[in-house]
Amino acid sequence: MIGVGLLLHTKQLSRSSFEIATALIVPVVQATLAVYLFRAGDEPGRLLEAAVGAGLMGVWSSVLFGSGGAIQRQRWQGTLEMIMLAPRAPALMILPITLATAVTGTYAMLATLLWGRLLYGIPLHFAHPLLFLIAVPGCILGLGMFGLLLASTFVLMRNANALTNTLEYPIWLVSGMLVPLTVLPGWTGPIAAALPTTWGARAVHEAASGGPVWPSLGICLAISLGCLVVGALMMTYVERRARAAATLALA
Amino acid sequence: MSEYAIEAAGLRRTYRSRTGWLRPQRREVEAVRGVDLTVGNGELFGLLGPNGAGKTTTIKLLNTLLIPTAGTARICGFDVVDQTREVRRRIGYVFGGDRGLYDRLSARDNLRYFAELYGVPGREQKRRIAELLELVRLDGRENERVEGYSRGMRQRLHIARGLLHRPQVLFLDEPSIGVDPVAARELRQTVADLAATGTTVLLTTHYMAEADELCGRIAVIANGEIQALGTPAELRHHADGRQVLEVEAYGVSDAQLAAIHVLPGVREASVTVTGATQMLTVQSDAGVDVQADVLRELDGVRLGRVTARQPTLEDAYVAIVNRVATPPRPLEAVAA
Ligand SMILES: Nc1ncnc2c1ncn2[C@@H]1O[C@H](COP(=O)(O)OP(=O)(O)OP(=O)(O)O)[C@@H](O)[C@H]1O
Ligand SMILES: [Mg+2]
Repeated sequence: MIGVGLLLHTKQLSRSSFEIATALIVPVVQATLAVYLFRAGDEPGRLLEAAVGAGLMGVWSSVLFGSGGAIQRQRWQGTLEMIMLAPRAPALMILPITLATAVTGTYAMLATLLWGRLLYGIPLHFAHPLLFLIAVPGCILGLGMFGLLLASTFVLMRNANALTNTLEYPIWLVSGMLVPLTVLPGWTGPIAAALPTTWGARAVHEAASGGPVWPSLGICLAISLGCLVVGALMMTYVERRARAAATLALA
Repeated sequence: MSEYAIEAAGLRRTYRSRTGWLRPQRREVEAVRGVDLTVGNGELFGLLGPNGAGKTTTIKLLNTLLIPTAGTARICGFDVVDQTREVRRRIGYVFGGDRGLYDRLSARDNLRYFAELYGVPGREQKRRIAELLELVRLDGRENERVEGYSRGMRQRLHIARGLLHRPQVLFLDEPSIGVDPVAARELRQTVADLAATGTTVLLTTHYMAEADELCGRIAVIANGEIQALGTPAELRHHADGRQVLEVEAYGVSDAQLAAIHVLPGVREASVTVTGATQMLTVQSDAGVDVQADVLRELDGVRLGRVTARQPTLEDAYVAIVNRVATPPRPLEAVAA
């Protein structure tokens, strides 16, 4: 069920002309940003890391906007009621959607790397090429599950968009996708440690430029699983609230 | 299995909405105010009523999309609030309009997705989907994306989707909206066939002829309450003792309509417009011949055919609904 849902939602998402346009342009911008940030910093050796970080930002944006927006989009399409009517746990219906947003986000990662290579000649030498191929999907899976938690928080809020926008940059920063965590003020540490994005980003970075990948990936998936459970519980609660508050339909 | 497919007792639903952000104002709409109804297994039940009467709300209360503010409802004996999963397994829901589908997926993918969600077993899916595509005559176009579909085609896809898991109870909320006459007739046939094979159907529609042809019993709902309930023949009695005058006209003014309304013996008067032609329908007490008076009021208006006829279900419906909607007329107008 999740498989078919994931496949079809990915299909539905990736066929949107808006998504396609964004997906084409954003990675170029991100690759450029990454390259110039680090050129200015005189650390050409870390270009790959920068590109990977930029790619991760893309995945995160996709999950955040996708998952927060997914529910809203389902509501606009009038499909939210239809999927909620299925005799299944509400979380199972939403999870394929948030996973699909993460999967479409992978494209941003690939495109950023590709543009980085084509435009700026960033050498694509991964420390652990195989692990990189595992870490990225693992990170995607984790973010997809985290997305469910986001999604469930967003169902009840009709103006989730405002919240979405305020979450995009802080989490890029706090999770150390682009800049190393060490440059951030100390109080962000605990927040970072609790976010699956941090560990996912770390795993992917480690796979790209060296380091033990498995622990970070494991922690990322463990936290995400926790998010999944909390998200699922919340989804069930939220579904009931939505039925009471009549927010499933576009009123 | 429970004796009734649908049971509702004292169903109420109030919508609370807040408008304004800095200075929030609460607004409450009592959409459904105490609906009692039972529908037997295999019955084809109609829900009629003017816009905003609470039909859709009633359906959503019964199909678990909304939680009632008060009252209880059971589907096949299962409570809609506490046993949602059991209820959802047994119901299908089709609503009118072109939303509720994945536009960038093909019809087949849409059905595949919902078949998966509704737990249609994998090996049966393909056959079931093909069967339904044929039933709603979308076969041959099933691989096109839904965004390229016409409104009626989307509506037919909705219907196919609602039937995927062979529901025992089917809620149809204006299913024939935007569907062409031939397809609408096929749809009526499909609905009748489903009911004949034991599916319970709760149907809302604005087409009286459709309700008359299909429904075993009809409830007329207005203002969130059931105003009348019975077989189409029983409902027609609400127009007993009346006769109907129809006048084709070009250019009846509101003032003239109001004047006709208060003529002695006149019970209802309304104008419907088709193209350039107006159709004035006047219901009056059977004993009073109002034709001369009505035509006098229409002095100066170009007229077409004038017919007197017996009341139909639609006239009965108008009588029932107007009884609620219009405040009682001044006594002298009634007595005169
Ligand atoms: N989500 C909502 N929030 C607030 N009010 C609502 C909501 N949905 C419906 N209403 C109100 O409830 C009342 C009943 O609406 P409902 O949709 O049940 O009518 P209906 O009989 O289906 O009408 P129609 O024939 O136009 O489909 C209306 O006054 C409507 O404005
Ligand atoms: Mg309605």
